[in-house]
This record gives sequence, structure tokens and C-alpha cells, in this order.
Amino acid sequence: MSPSSAVAEPVAPAARPGRYPLALFRSELQLVFGRARTWVLLAVLAGVPLLIGIAIKLSGSEGGGEGFIGQVAGNGLFLIVASLGLSLPFFLPTAVTVIAGESLAGESSLGTLRNLLTAPAGRSRLLAAKMVALIVFCLAATLTIWLSGLIVGFALFPVGDVLLLSGTTIPLGEGLLRALGIAVVIALSLLGLAGIGLFVSSLTSTPLAAMAATFGTFIVLGILTAIPQIDVIHPWLLMFRWTSFADLLRDPPYWGAIGKNLLLQAGYLTVFYAAAWARITSRDIV
Amino acid sequence: MTQTQQQPAAGSPLVTRGLTKRFRGGQVAVDSVDLEVPAGSVFGFLGPNGSGKTTTIRMLLGLIAPTAGEVQLLGEPMPKAQLRVLPRVGALVEGPAFYPFWSGQANLLRFDAADSTADPRTRKARAGEALERVGLSNAAGKKVRAYSLGMRQRLAIAVALMQRRELLVLDEPTNGLDPQGTREVRHLIQDLAGDGTTIFTSTHLLAEVEQVCTHAAVMSRGKLIRQSSVAELRAELRPRLVVRTPDLGIAAETLKSLGVTDLKTTDETVEGDAVELPIEKFAAALVAADVRIHGFGLERPSLEETFVALTGEGFDVAQ
Ligand SMILES: Nc1ncnc2c1ncn2[C@@H]1O[C@H](COP(=O)(O)OP(=O)(O)OP(=O)(O)O)[C@@H](O)[C@H]1O
Ligand SMILES: [Mg+2]
Repeated sequence: MSPSSAVAEPVAPAARPGRYPLALFRSELQLVFGRARTWVLLAVLAGVPLLIGIAIKLSGSEGGGEGFIGQVAGNGLFLIVASLGLSLPFFLPTAVTVIAGESLAGESSLGTLRNLLTAPAGRSRLLAAKMVALIVFCLAATLTIWLSGLIVGFALFPVGDVLLLSGTTIPLGEGLLRALGIAVVIALSLLGLAGIGLFVSSLTSTPLAAMAATFGTFIVLGILTAIPQIDVIHPWLLMFRWTSFADLLRDPPYWGAIGKNLLLQAGYLTVFYAAAWARITSRDIV
Repeated sequence: MTQTQQQPAAGSPLVTRGLTKRFRGGQVAVDSVDLEVPAGSVFGFLGPNGSGKTTTIRMLLGLIAPTAGEVQLLGEPMPKAQLRVLPRVGALVEGPAFYPFWSGQANLLRFDAADSTADPRTRKARAGEALERVGLSNAAGKKVRAYSLGMRQRLAIAVALMQRRELLVLDEPTNGLDPQGTREVRHLIQDLAGDGTTIFTSTHLLAEVEQVCTHAAVMSRGKLIRQSSVAELRAELRPRLVVRTPDLGIAAETLKSLGVTDLKTTDETVEGDAVELPIEKFAAALVAADVRIHGFGLERPSLEETFVALTGEGFDVAQ
């Protein structure tokens, strides 16, 4: 080494406060939505209305049957609601589980977590960015079904004014808005599960294990919800009020159960987000 | 060569005090390490496999919490001040890690975006420059999945070069590089050091230390066993007198009578520490004793031999 190294002027300490805290959030969205896997999940969800629509079309039903499904042939708008409702027990939770399980465990298994932390992303901010991306994914998932249901419903079936559960009729435009509201409420209903997934993902460096554990938890909660003998704890279970979204199709909408559901989701989210935070801020990253 | 040993501790960009890491399971991977890296130095962090280099570097950067002891980076305590300090520190820890489904450039952009002090307007340009510096411009758009190990290693160095840094902490930066790449990285390190960046680099390659480092520290089984300037290390290496001859017995006796100590005899040579006399006297004495001399001279042990002597380790990983 030349002696110059000892006398060379040191780099001036740059005073650069964190002026661009949102760049990480944008980057996180790019990470989630820049992956083929995410688009496969969304494509599967988009396929749900198509599948249901074709099945009903082929069956030659006239409409007027039981539930939302029964009304699809009479009014294509109900394809949106039926598809959202039918995706809720399985397809949507699966998609959320995959993305949530990947979130931190994926970074950990690739080793990119240490690059992010030495950048420095900040552990709390990174967790927040992961959560925001998860929320956006939940919305994207239900809005995908809404849009696909809209297109397929309008293409295959007659559409018109919407007969509500309470017996009144609203114009098509308002019906579409109500369906959009249902998509949003269902997206929010998934947040408790998303929180569980994020927490489990912070525990391991194996994304597949995180996904399996999250989905396992979901199944267990589902089984508990189905056992009548323990109905005292039912109101506290994640999926107990998931079907409350249908209350948006009353006139006026009945908010009671929806509100309780969203409160419960917020509770789950808070508890598991806090647990994930405690874990990620104290964990050794190797 | 001028030395910078008189640097006050406050001016040192990297200081540790009693740094210790005990992993769950009880193993002490790093044991009470006191490092002090002079400003502007290229500091070689040496040690055999498993000696605790990477563990130390992880603690320096706040990735793992020390069991005991403290770290000061750029005069501030870690990991408390990490959000303030780390933007001024470029890091490469334990090999390259990237999103395989993204291009090299996209990976650089992501890690830069994670730093809230990095200006998004210059991000692309800075990524281009960093890729250029590590010779990856032509592969910038290629998915990392399709990179070779050496290309990934170069990309990892590019991450550290995305901004002007005051300190670079590099864990085996030349690992997996071809000879050309190794040379380029050495030049890069010298360039950066010339700009005033302090460089702390771990390595097993002694040649690397001899060529680029101004200072070195040696780890062994978690303990810091040596820390000094490379010039000092070199000066300590006493040359040894080596005589190549078929008359081993007589040669050894003659040398012993002349005060040569620590004599060792091999199949063809006798060697020892010749502290005093000018070297010609030994030659003359040997000739006078009818020793047939096939070779004669002083040999300076390499840094490598010193290293092995210091760490006292053979090929097997300790513990
Ligand atoms: N997460 C961990 N849990 C338990 N022990 C660990 C962990 N990480 C490292 N060790 C142990 O700590 C010791 C030091 O490991 P470290 O990776 O720091 O060595 P190193 O000097 O970087 O070696 P190399 O030259 O091979 O990179 C080793 O004995 C290793 O087994
Ligand atoms: Mg190592």
C-alpha cells in the first residue's frame, strides 16, 4: 500500500437524513407483484368466476335458484358476489398464506434479509413494508375476482337492476358498488390470517414451512369453528363472521356483524403483528 | 511506509471492546475481541475456517446481537445507531445473496431503495456505475439465476459500492473469483482506499494481505491473537539460515558451534536462526569443515508460515 492511504482526505461525513422512507414500500410491492408466482395466484382467482359462469351456463339454469349462485343466471352481477363468496373458504386463504409465508422466510432463505438490514432498511420499517404489501395483495386478490366476475357475468348472462336480500331493488350501478364493497370487506377479512402468516414467516427461514404452518393454523381454526360444543369461543375465532359480507346486500346495509368481523380481524392483526415485530427486532439474522 | 498507529481511538472508524458471541448451545464463536481499525487503513481480518470472522462481522453490522462487549462504527454505538451509521458503510456478509428471479440491476435497485437516505433520482445511474466498476455492465439485465458464482460475488461488491462509503466491511470479497477477477477486486480495494475509504476485509488468502493490506488481525478459535500493521508483522519474521548439503551431521555441528540456535535437520538441509555474525562467516566455516555445500542462503518465512505458526492449526477446523 502506498503511504497516501494514511494521508488521503477522509470522505466527508455526509449528513443525509432518511428522506425517502417510502422507497422501500414501493420496492416491496415490486417484489410481490413482480413475481410470476403472484400472477399465477391472481390468474387462478380470476378463473373462479369463469369456471362458475361456464358451469351455470352449461347447466341451462334460468335463475331464481337458491343463494347467490342461483341468481347468477338471472342477473350476471351475482356472479361477482357468488365468486367472492365461494373463493373465501379456500382459494383466497391459500393465496394469502402463500404470499404471507414467503414474506420474511423467503428473504431469510435467500439471504437477502441481511442485505436489506445492512442497507439499512430498519427492522420495524421492513416489517411494515411487508405488511403493507400483504394488505395490497389481499385487495388485489378480491378486486381481481370482482373484475373477472364483472366481465364474465356481463358476457354470459343478462344484467339489470339488483334485487336485494331485503326485497328492495337497486339500480345496476349501485349493485356494482355494493359488490365492490363486498370485495373490500372480504379483503379486510383476510387480514387476520395475513397477520398470522407474517408472524409464522418471521419464525423460520423456510418459506414452505411457514406456508404449511399458517395453513395448518387456518384449518384448525376452521375445525374449531365447526364444533358446536365449543360455541362459547366461536365469536373469538378468525372465520366466525366471515360470511357477514352478505349483509351489504340488504337495504340499508346491516353493519353490525361486518363491524364485529372487522374488529376481530384488527385484533388478530394487532396481536400477530406485534409478535412478528418482537421476533424480527430481536432475532439473530444469519 | 508511514504508519497510522497513533490514531486516537475516537478517530477510528471501527472499534470493538470485549466483543463476545456465545451461540445457543454454548459455543463461544467470538471471545472478547478488541479490534481497532485505523482510519484510512486496509485492514486484513485473517483466520482459518470457523475462527469467528463472519460472526464478528455480523455483530459489527448489527445483524446479530453480541453476548457481551460493544461495537463502535464511525464513532457511534452499534446496533443502536445503525440507521444513522449503516448508510455510510458498505457491507458484504458471508457470500452473495440475491433474488434469483430478478436481474442484477433490479437487485441493486432494491437494496438501494431499502436505504432511506439513498436518492431515488440517481439510483439507476449509481447502479450503472457500480456495475461498471465490478465489470458486470454486460450482464446487468441478466437474471441472477443465470449468474456464475464469480458474477454473483461481483454483484455483491457492487451493492457495497452503490454509494460513496466511509467504511467498507467485506467478508471474503474475492471468494469464487477467477484470477483476473481477484486482481480487479484488489485494484478496486486499492482505488477505494486511495479515495480515503477505510476497508475492513476478511480473508484466508495471505497473498491478499501481503499485497493490499496496511494492517492485519489474526483470529483463531474465536480469539484475536494478533493485531498490528503489516510492516510490523513482516519485520518480525526473522530470516533463517538454510544450508543444503549431503553432510548433514557435520554441518549441524559446525553451525551449532558458531552459535546458531533452533537447528532443524531435514533430508537435505540444515536450518536455524542466525542472529549474529555476517552470513559469509558461516559459509567460510562450513567450507573449512569440509561440508559439501549444494545451496546456502537466508530464507524469510512467508506470512503464510507465520500465520500457521500463530494459529497453530492444521487443516482440520477447530471445534
Ligand atoms: N448460527 C450459528 N449457530 C451456532 N454456531 C454458529 C452459528 N454461526 C456460526 N457458528 C459457529 O461459530 C464459529 C465461527 O463461525 P464463523 O462463520 O464466524 O467462522 P469464519 O471465521 O467466518 O469461517 P470461514 O472462514 O469458514 O468463513 C464456527 O465454529 C461455527 O460453527
Ligand atoms: Mg466466514
